[in-house]
Amino acid sequence: MNALLASDVNVAQNVGFYIIAAGMVWGALRVVTTKNVVHAALWLIVVLGGVAAQYILAAAEFVAVSQVLIYIGAVMVLFLFGIMLTRATVGPDTDLNNKGWAIGIPVALGLLAVLGYVVFDTIGDEVVVDRDQAQIASTTTAISDSYIGVYLIPLIALSFVLLAAAIGAIVLARKD
Amino acid sequence: MYAANFLLLSAVLFSIGVFGVIARRNAVMVLMSVELVLNSVNLNLVAFSLMNDTIDGQVFALFVIAIAAAEVGVGLAFVLLVYRNRRSISLDALSEMKG
Repeated sequence: MNALLASDVNVAQNVGFYIIAAGMVWGALRVVTTKNVVHAALWLIVVLGGVAAQYILAAAEFVAVSQVLIYIGAVMVLFLFGIMLTRATVGPDTDLNNKGWAIGIPVALGLLAVLGYVVFDTIGDEVVVDRDQAQIASTTTAISDSYIGVYLIPLIALSFVLLAAAIGAIVLARKD
Repeated sequence: MYAANFLLLSAVLFSIGVFGVIARRNAVMVLMSVELVLNSVNLNLVAFSLMNDTIDGQVFALFVIAIAAAEVGVGLAFVLLVYRNRRSISLDALSEMKG
């Protein structure tokens, strides 16, 4: 790796990144290891909030706000309702894991090794340049221009997907 | 800041999510692990948008967020249906299709 120039290092960005990243990794580990389903949902909120904070560090504030609104606001409420509707008791659960759960550890570690190798091999020493004020101020404008311009057809298709998913969920979950 | 920082963080989140999908037996927990995987992909897309100085990655990330919301809605409806019919959401008990 090439050494970073002092002018390339945004100290606040780096410190913030590592603090938030440590919290996210810890939260994600708790999501997949905790014995309590409700606690897993609450740890997932930590991870999703951390992802939103990373979006802000990556100068994507519109995506960050959407993340908070949709994931933390809507999806997590849905998850908590799902937990409440499918569980008789709220408390520690002893049989949350499969019998062969330990197979997941080598699979995950192997996947991490491959992904890490690919990342270092392709963009090992590439440095992110800070965006200037004008670029940051026009991010939302550029996103809306893309949606109304190049990505208009995918946007309409997406609205049909959401409509179909909403109707499908109602039909499936309805008690006649 | 190295561009690899975001990508490595998202690789770690992806691996943890895959571990959760393999290890967990409760269907709601598996859906939560899938959310971890989807979020790591989103983080990658936003990092690529930052690296290439284009907006497309952020637009894709918003598409993924919308599809993930639809996926959770339908997935939890399925889980609810399975629970109503069998009083259990253990995925290893759903083995009627096993040959």
